[in-house]
Amino acid sequence: MESFQRSWKGDYLFLFENLILKDFRIRYRNMSLGVLWSLINPLVMMSVMTFVFRRVIGGDDASHTPYPLFVLTGLVPFNFFTGAFISGTTSIIDNAGLIKRVPVPREVVPVTSVLSNCVHLTIQIALLLVLGAIWGVRPGLNWLWLPVIWALYVAFVCGLALGASAINVFVRDTRYVVESFNLVLFWVVPIFYSFNIIPEKYREIYRFNPVAALVMAMRNILIEGIPPAFSLVRNLAIAALVTVAAGWFIFGRLKSRFYEHI
Amino acid sequence: MSCVIRFDRVTKSFVHHAGRMLLRERLRHLFHRAPAEPFYALSDVSFRVEAGESLGLIGGNGAGKSTILNLATGLVQPDSGTIEVRGRVAALLELGAGFHPDLTGAENVRINAALMGLHRREAMEKFEEIVDFSGIRESIHEPLRTYSSGMVMRLAFAVAVATEPDILLVDEVLGVGDEAFYQKCLERIREFQKAGKTVLLASHNALLIRNFCHSALWMDQGRVVASGKSAEVMDAYQESVIAAS
Repeated sequence: MESFQRSWKGDYLFLFENLILKDFRIRYRNMSLGVLWSLINPLVMMSVMTFVFRRVIGGDDASHTPYPLFVLTGLVPFNFFTGAFISGTTSIIDNAGLIKRVPVPREVVPVTSVLSNCVHLTIQIALLLVLGAIWGVRPGLNWLWLPVIWALYVAFVCGLALGASAINVFVRDTRYVVESFNLVLFWVVPIFYSFNIIPEKYREIYRFNPVAALVMAMRNILIEGIPPAFSLVRNLAIAALVTVAAGWFIFGRLKSRFYEHI
Repeated sequence: MSCVIRFDRVTKSFVHHAGRMLLRERLRHLFHRAPAEPFYALSDVSFRVEAGESLGLIGGNGAGKSTILNLATGLVQPDSGTIEVRGRVAALLELGAGFHPDLTGAENVRINAALMGLHRREAMEKFEEIVDFSGIRESIHEPLRTYSSGMVMRLAFAVAVATEPDILLVDEVLGVGDEAFYQKCLERIREFQKAGKTVLLASHNALLIRNFCHSALWMDQGRVVASGKSAEVMDAYQESVIAAS
């Protein structure tokens, strides 16, 4: 059993770099506006939501902070999550050619697919910081927390993608479950409303939702200018650890039968 | 002599899963456990290949040749039996894995090289050699979709042989491409053999195996019919083919 895929002894760093670059090039080569698309989508969403929740419906208690910035700190993590989770889930099926032809370690495929989304993410975080600067958010030492919480968050999504991509090979409906889940998630993450308006009895649930935890940590850092609450960082770390362990386990159990099922 | 490929009583079956990938079928399957009929691609196959030896695999469609190559590459796992493969393997099974039509030839070469297990420095050093061997230098920065299928083949073969494998697994891919390139590929395989590398060659073509391999394995429906010196096995194989027709 341990002999399975023993024959691949390549250069992981070189491989990841090439596969991520491949995704990036394929996505942008056929777009006249290229990378601008990564900026336009969140900007449009930000404007529409600002209009709806400030002008049409009326504001909540977040009125002291610039609402567009507030919404964008929620949208960026949410967009990354949904994009990476879906592409990660379908990654093994989408890369059937690789799975059937190259003895490259299978874990590479879903992880690459999540990391490819990090290219957009970096662009969008840069946008967030630029808009923050425009609204008068000044960089501080607290920003050193950004790489920490994002690394935990990306690991958390990698864990989910590992598990879901393996299950999706055997039950093809998995991707539709993930899509529905993402739709629901939009409402239960404090994207367009703030954590403060959530009744006390539901707050614990929010703190344990890793996507919500990241949004709140981002707001701590970028809007309130304070370090992220310890409980949020701790919960993100737990979520990352649990999903990576579970995803790795599920993937490991199923990967030897991918070839026959795709 | 040391043995680099060893199959010991290897059995591999496949179950047909067509139309059983949706949740509905999964649930139904839970309640009515209909035993699926497995298809034995290989039954109890044993052989060994010594370092520097070339083994030819011959047999009709469905004989199990490709399954042997896939098992040796590590793409699939056997049901039972053990497989040992020592050294770096390059499989010329289905060339051009990971090639994408929208990327240029040069970009595809890098991706393919990384997938084949080349390290960064090796890939840099070998790039020129790969382009030279493929003979398509003038279009290397054009998108792959503008290439003819022959050009794609050349590029894929060029990357595969540049990985300097200890063991070369060859399926009948060599049938593609023009005559001149075909000869170039055969020449390259000869060079491998001269350099003391091991070759496992699967083909329908008895003449090719006679010319290239010291020994041969004749497969039929997943079982070994005969094995031994290439000339003797090919004689027996060709006799049976003539007798059957």
